[in-house]
Amino acid sequence: MQCPKCHAPMHTYNRNGVQIEQCAGCRGIFLDYGELEALTRLESQWVQQAPPPPAPQAYPAAPAWGAPHHGHHGHHGHHGHHRGLGHMLFSS
Amino acid sequence: MTTPLADRLAALAASSGPDGPADPPPAPPAPETPVDRPWTPAGHAHPPADHPQVLADRPDGTVVRSGRTVAKAHAPDADPQDLAARLRIAAHPLLHGILLPPLPLTAPDGFLLLTDDGRALTRWPYGSPVAPDDPDAAPWEDAARLLARLHRVDPRQLPGPVPPMCGPAKAARALTRLRGALENGPAEAVPRILRAAATAVERAWYGLPPWARGEVPPPRAASLCHGDLHLGQLVRHPATGGRWLLIDIDDLGLGDAAWDLARPAAWFATGLLAPDIWTRFLTAYHAAGGPALPPHGDPWPELEVPARALTVQTAALAVAKAVTGERALDEAATAVIDACSRMVSLPQQLAPGGPVVR
Repeated sequence: MQCPKCHAPMHTYNRNGVQIEQCAGCRGIFLDYGELEALTRLESQWVQQAPPPPAPQAYPAAPAWGAPHHGHHGHHGHHGHHRGLGHMLFSS
Repeated sequence: MTTPLADRLAALAASSGPDGPADPPPAPPAPETPVDRPWTPAGHAHPPADHPQVLADRPDGTVVRSGRTVAKAHAPDADPQDLAARLRIAAHPLLHGILLPPLPLTAPDGFLLLTDDGRALTRWPYGSPVAPDDPDAAPWEDAARLLARLHRVDPRQLPGPVPPMCGPAKAARALTRLRGALENGPAEAVPRILRAAATAVERAWYGLPPWARGEVPPPRAASLCHGDLHLGQLVRHPATGGRWLLIDIDDLGLGDAAWDLARPAAWFATGLLAPDIWTRFLTAYHAAGGPALPPHGDPWPELEVPARALTVQTAALAVAKAVTGERALDEAATAVIDACSRMVSLPQQLAPGGPVVR
């Protein structure tokens, strides 16, 4: 088979069970009917099998009477970084 | 400060202890001799080594520093026998690298001096404290590791009898102080907000099991515990670049080791301590083999009762100080008082017979 664009010979490759023809000259790819859909389907399966994005670091277990906290990182409702509240960490 | 007690402590701190080979610190060096003083930032003149400095002056303890030594007057109601036992433990080789050891006073193994009116005095090496303005930079991992090592000490190998850990009794004293402040408070009526806070504190207190209120022995009392951990209980010794050690043995003794972890736990629960610092603290405790908590999973079954007790204790002292005008209710105080309110509003607390906790 000759490349319709540059007329160089095309070679057949197997990509995940899908036959594709690639031009040895311009590297263009020729897909038969249904092969694009087959590749798209394979791609979506690959994405689903990929490991999920790293889970957000778990908020440490806390008692029911604890201060309510929010789910946003870095804004857990703690006051420890506020100036002047550290005194309670230094006394009985 | 020039009270007789402070003068006595200054003289004691400056003294060289009993004669004999066991007295480790040399006599104060001549003024021109270079002194191994704690490092201070450039430009901050350090007080001369022989100039006494009051480090703490509270009803339950006065501490005066002179150079590389401090002297402490313990609480007037401290039991001298229990205190002597705690001093022997702090000086024991098993506690080396965990507790700051006392300096000899009356004899190589005599660490306690009683004044004529029965006040217990002790003498210690000076250690440099945690910087008070940056708790995030505090040695949280060191604190956790020191507690893990303390809790792993076998009490049977210590000079006995080992007294009980005084954490629950200390919590009960905080409630007594709150009641006293309300009864003997200012002539003008106590503000409604403080009365409401005191009510929340009392209700949370009575939601605790009797052992956590110091009324009966704790169900678990096999571990050597510090009994009053906070960031003021850590010093570096030697003051220049030494390792962190635990100080203040007044509440040391046998108890539930979870009590020592429960104050950081309470700070985290009430929002005073960032979650990542709490996680770092717990991780370091586990890594050092700390026995108070199961190695995996939720630590709160063990922490729940002592953390509630310490939250109530902190809230009680905050309200008492607000009633007597020592300190206004700030955001931190409000956080622990709010936590007390949530403790009693939980459905389980309203069940007949009170909470079912251990």
